[in-house]
Amino acid sequence: MSRAEESQRRASARNGWLLSAPALVLLALAASGPLLIVFVYSFLEKGQYGNVIWDFSLDGWVGILFSRDIFDDTLKLADAHMTIFWRSVKLSLLTTFITFALGFPTAWFIATRPATQRAMWLFLITIPFWTNLLIRTFAIGEILRTEGLINTVLVKLGIISAPIQMLYNDGAVLVGMAYVYLPLMVLPLFSAIERFDMRLLEAGYDLYASRMQVLRHVILPIVKPGIVAGSILVFVPSLGAYVTPRILGGGKNMMIGNFIELQFGQGRNWPLGAALSMTLLVIVTVALLFYVRAINRGGTGGGHG
Amino acid sequence: MAERSFSVARLPGFSTIALGVFVCLYLPIVTLVVYSFNGGPSIAVWQGVSLHWYSEAWGNQAVKDATIRSLIIALCASAIATTLATLAALGTTRRAGFKGQTVIYVMINQPLMVPEIVTAVALLIFFASIKVATGYQGLGYLIAAHSAFCIPFAYLPIRARLEGMDTVLETAAADLYATPWQTFRHVTLPLLAPGIAAGAMLAFVISLDDVVITEFVKSGGQDTLPTYMLGQLRRAITPEVNAISSVLLGLTVALLTVFFLLTKRRN
Repeated sequence: MSRAEESQRRASARNGWLLSAPALVLLALAASGPLLIVFVYSFLEKGQYGNVIWDFSLDGWVGILFSRDIFDDTLKLADAHMTIFWRSVKLSLLTTFITFALGFPTAWFIATRPATQRAMWLFLITIPFWTNLLIRTFAIGEILRTEGLINTVLVKLGIISAPIQMLYNDGAVLVGMAYVYLPLMVLPLFSAIERFDMRLLEAGYDLYASRMQVLRHVILPIVKPGIVAGSILVFVPSLGAYVTPRILGGGKNMMIGNFIELQFGQGRNWPLGAALSMTLLVIVTVALLFYVRAINRGGTGGGHG
Repeated sequence: MAERSFSVARLPGFSTIALGVFVCLYLPIVTLVVYSFNGGPSIAVWQGVSLHWYSEAWGNQAVKDATIRSLIIALCASAIATTLATLAALGTTRRAGFKGQTVIYVMINQPLMVPEIVTAVALLIFFASIKVATGYQGLGYLIAAHSAFCIPFAYLPIRARLEGMDTVLETAAADLYATPWQTFRHVTLPLLAPGIAAGAMLAFVISLDDVVITEFVKSGGQDTLPTYMLGQLRRAITPEVNAISSVLLGLTVALLTVFFLLTKRRN
């Protein structure tokens, strides 16, 4: 490489950085930078009225799993915390499973429409995807309410004599999360299925495979990157969900997101809240690394499982 | 006829499930909109068509203030985010890969990856100490936070547009002795405009819809429309919430339609 080329390349890189700098500065100030503060706060002592005292302490991290007995100062496994973690993981996994079970046929349906109709069906999935999550949670909540549509219809039909309480339990949160996150599953599944070569199905059927065998041994292995992508896109926001459990779960059925908020509100335990936030961040990062690996593997294509 | 109906791509039951999914996806939204026109105070018992709840919401000072605040924040945030995202897109596309480019990508996309509640808590801590130190309580914090998380949404369509653009025209302009600024102003910018408009629209929608970060960053009396609605939950819900939701919904769908038309024209 000549010297002129070398200096030109360097100037290009410098311009790249300079042009990106304003965005990076804002992001550092109002997005990534403050995450470091959370990290530091997780190692401090809690203040009596919220905030922190600047003394090193591991109480925040210990508090994730254990609670200190107020009488003899011994550490005990905190059952209430365990319940919240278990609920978060359970509901997130179930949400992922339900959205897949419903999303896969939906994505398949869209991908096998004639090209002229496909854009319309896809747009129908994209609208909820971009619509306010709060409004969609409201909408599903109003349907499930004691005085809501489902109860009203059931009572009118005489199937039930009095309205059933469907809100404010884990089931309601699950239905709500599956409802709001479904488009996140359908979109990556659709793009995987769209690239799927339908002639492989003919080959499968020619070789006397049943529909079930074709589905299991031909379709699913090939669209796997899309399945992984969709699952992670649903699992990650489910695990950090805040709005949906708050509205549909009532005060008692907290998930990690609400538990974190509690520490900065009534709980007045900022170090614990900070440690919980860091834990959530680590779990999400690990999940996303899987995602990146799956996507890259999908990109090289053609591999058989 | 029986053999004609065998299509390789057909899987039994899939179409039924899919159509059911579409119904379930839209039934709650449609119900929400329909009951915003309810004459009575219920969200399930129909008492005739009326615009009562729209006028109720319109006459509600808290709703009016929240709407104006939401719009101010969304306009400022989308303007700032789009400007910064355009610069960053120009800096990271159509040039030889350089050291640290991945770092820039990760930084820009970080708001898409970090759970919102974690960012919200981080900003709560950070801005609380700035509020104490400076005494400033204004909308600046919300605008800064919104601008930051809108950057990736503005960046992605702008970058996609730029990547599809050839550098031939810019080279031609430079050959004709245009200064870099003239080239940018009269060649690059007009070509890039649909991407910028699309990015700005997404940023606007994202800012308008935000609940979690706003809820944690806002000072007292700084409710936006979504946080106002979240606060209303503790009371008995009237179709007023449906009316506000329907208006927001209509705005989002309108902007999205424009967005799709803008990005489609490219092909």
